[in-house]
Amino acid sequence: MGKITLTQVRKSFGETHVIPGIDLNIEHGEFVVFVGPSGCGKSTLLRLIAGLEDISGGKIEIDGTDATDLPPGKRGLAMVFQSYALYPHMSVKKNIAFPLKMAGMDEAAIEAKVQSAAKILNLANYLERKPGQLSGGQRQRVAIGRAIVREPAAFLFDEPLSNLDAALRVTMRQEISELHQKLATTMIYVTHDQVEAMTMADKIVVLNAGRIEQVGAPLELYNHPQNLFVAGFIGSPKMNLITGAEAQKHGCTTLGVRPEYIEVSADGPWQGTIGLAEHLGSDTFLKVDVPGIGMLTVRGSGEMHLHHGNQIRLGPQAGKIYRFGPDGKAL
Amino acid sequence: MSTQSNRAAARLMVAPSVILLFIWMIVPLAMTLYFSFRLYRLLSPERSGWVGLANYTWFLKSPEFWQAIGNTLALVGGVLVITVVLGILIALLIDQPVKGQGVLRILVIAPFFVMPPVAASIWKNLFMHPQNGLFAAVSRAFGADPILYLENHPMLSVIGIVSWEWLPFATLILLTAMQSLSSEQLEAAEMDGAKPISRFRYIVLPHLTRSITVVILIETIFLLGIFGEIFTTTQGGPGSASTTLPYMIFKQAIAAKDIGRAAAGGIIAVILANIVAIFLMRGIGRNLDA
Amino acid sequence: MARAVSPRRKLITTVAAWAVSLLIFFPVLWMILTSFKTEASAVASPPQLFTADWTLQNYSDVWARSDYPRFFWNSVVISVGSTLLGLAIAIPAAWSMAFVPGRKTKDLLMWMLSTKMMPGVAVLIPLYLLFQRTGLFDTKIGLVLALMLMNLPIIVWMLYTYFKEIPSEILEASRMDGASLWKEVVYVLTPMAIPGIASTLLLNVILAWNEAFWTITLTTTKAAPLSAFIASFSAPQGLFYAKLSAASTMAIAPILILGWFSQKQLVRGLTFGAVK
Repeated sequence: MGKITLTQVRKSFGETHVIPGIDLNIEHGEFVVFVGPSGCGKSTLLRLIAGLEDISGGKIEIDGTDATDLPPGKRGLAMVFQSYALYPHMSVKKNIAFPLKMAGMDEAAIEAKVQSAAKILNLANYLERKPGQLSGGQRQRVAIGRAIVREPAAFLFDEPLSNLDAALRVTMRQEISELHQKLATTMIYVTHDQVEAMTMADKIVVLNAGRIEQVGAPLELYNHPQNLFVAGFIGSPKMNLITGAEAQKHGCTTLGVRPEYIEVSADGPWQGTIGLAEHLGSDTFLKVDVPGIGMLTVRGSGEMHLHHGNQIRLGPQAGKIYRFGPDGKAL
Repeated sequence: MSTQSNRAAARLMVAPSVILLFIWMIVPLAMTLYFSFRLYRLLSPERSGWVGLANYTWFLKSPEFWQAIGNTLALVGGVLVITVVLGILIALLIDQPVKGQGVLRILVIAPFFVMPPVAASIWKNLFMHPQNGLFAAVSRAFGADPILYLENHPMLSVIGIVSWEWLPFATLILLTAMQSLSSEQLEAAEMDGAKPISRFRYIVLPHLTRSITVVILIETIFLLGIFGEIFTTTQGGPGSASTTLPYMIFKQAIAAKDIGRAAAGGIIAVILANIVAIFLMRGIGRNLDA
Repeated sequence: MARAVSPRRKLITTVAAWAVSLLIFFPVLWMILTSFKTEASAVASPPQLFTADWTLQNYSDVWARSDYPRFFWNSVVISVGSTLLGLAIAIPAAWSMAFVPGRKTKDLLMWMLSTKMMPGVAVLIPLYLLFQRTGLFDTKIGLVLALMLMNLPIIVWMLYTYFKEIPSEILEASRMDGASLWKEVVYVLTPMAIPGIASTLLLNVILAWNEAFWTITLTTTKAAPLSAFIASFSAPQGLFYAKLSAASTMAIAPILILGWFSQKQLVRGLTFGAVK
């Protein structure tokens, strides 16, 4: 099982209300990603669920029982930390076995579990090594191993990939997704990287200043952002947000157009000068200065033979615009 | 990273240290305070009673008292200046590419392992003794009369001995700090055109600030109570030329057997120590923990 | 990395560094050399660095005159005992200060250190009386307690600076793994802090070994350690330089040897958190 319910969860440090009040349901087996800019309270929220911090008000239920006052070790959750937090003086084997030892399990059972975890994570050859002798990716796997042997109700990940290089990050991302499919256990994953959120999540929770901006499936957030914040945060490169006369023409305060939905064509309504062209082969990114509108980012697929200084005409694809009212809410 | 149960546990775990130290401090202090208002002489035990502030006024009016304060400050200040300045210079020297740095460290650290009575007696007898000391022999070799170190320059001699004891401590802390300075910083400064003196002034010295702070704090803690070195060498003399506050209290307690006066002196010493402590912690505490 | 320097410069700095270091070490060396001389050559004029008639006579005289092994054993028990006891009390305290710091933590630490600034002489009589009353006078356990309390602030401070460098995420991980506070300290914190604890242990054994105020005033014979042993030789009873040197060497030799062997570990730990 692994159903987690937060009811009006609040956290204050003195006078600062980091989390003013959050309600959230996490269903069994879901992969939930908390995403938001740094300082939005996503890590704090995770630590509240873990029990590493007291909540200032509200209730946390795990599988129907009130866990609000349970110490972290008794909540049946496992956590993978940003720095992996491996015990440097213990071998890989002892690291993975530690939670089982703490639970008072007998030696033979511990050995069996460690071995099976090591097999799943490709660590069988490294069991006698110390964490200091492992690469970043291997350390990451040990941290995950330490989490899975406990068979927790849910896994908590606190920006687990941010210390890895770009290539390894992609591999580990896939490994964690595969692990989720294999184990079918609830996972809560904190990241500031919206690509990780989009690729891994069943459900994304976008946080800003301690509040939930929107909860939904990745594509739902992409296609139907409820407000300007989510619109700007989800999607890469960022959505172009246009204000002023052009927005009013569409009957809104802010007009949003994703870079991938701007077409370069001779009969486009806007005219601009290319400031910067990035040629990736698969895509071409353009920064176009459009008088009266501002700087627009355009993503064209394939190679586009356009360069700095070229004058082009461009415009949004039909039906692919987002309109936001004066309060930032989607219209 | 704290939860309520954590904070409760933390208070519980810090309690033994705090309680023990508090008792260790307060009980003798309370007794000293009590004695300081009493007539309490071991030589005339039949006379006793409250004497109000008489013990304090005796102390404060004694000309020896002010000299003792001066000597205490001279000792603490002198040793601090000598050990920090020499410590920096020696650390700079050892930090250069030299042969046998490991052995040098072993040589330099040695005085730190010498207990104060031994240090004092080596210096007193083997070096400063006017007939048989090595210094006397050196003076004679130059055709001069031996200098009567402990008789004519008692405070300087004591400061010299104590500085020798504490020099390793300062040197090694400063050396470790210097070695932790990234050479890239120095190279960057060199690229910016800084000469060696400027590099020391603007890069090395600021890097050492915290370590110098620590040296001053720890040494002051120990130097304020210096007693054995004076007892072994000059006995506070000649006259009271090298009597520090702790030694003056000791003389009242042991030589004059006047516990009341010694206690009053003790309280004064504690007050002064606390003034120094507050002064130090204010200036230094902030520096220590960034 | 250190750049290549000219051989000439290296020679100059090497000579200078050796000269200064030998100068600092010289008093100890001179004492050791004197301890192997006859009394006559110890005070020979002009003084001789080396002598023709090396002798062990002084050591056997000192050995015969006093019960060195007892003083030695007392020193070991008192310095090691007080340090271990101090560590046992200080580790939990340092854990609290490092990992659950409050607004008052720094003040508390500074207060602890300030208790050490109280001159021992100021409270000599009360403590003497207290020790007499409670039967702790001239007992090893009494000195273990006294020196433990004397060094406790230093121990707490040193441990605090080491613990602060341990990432709190690792302790949190152990909490998530179901470790109780006790297990967290025993299985995770303490093993991780072994180097720091070792340095603290070394420094405090040295400080306790060299303590020469309380160890002399609170003992007479039974529990007297080497500081009292050497004090009995400094008493003015004619000047026996060679024997005095021999006794002095015997008093400092154990800690000097221990210190030299563990010098690296000790120096690393001497930084009191001043070096990042």
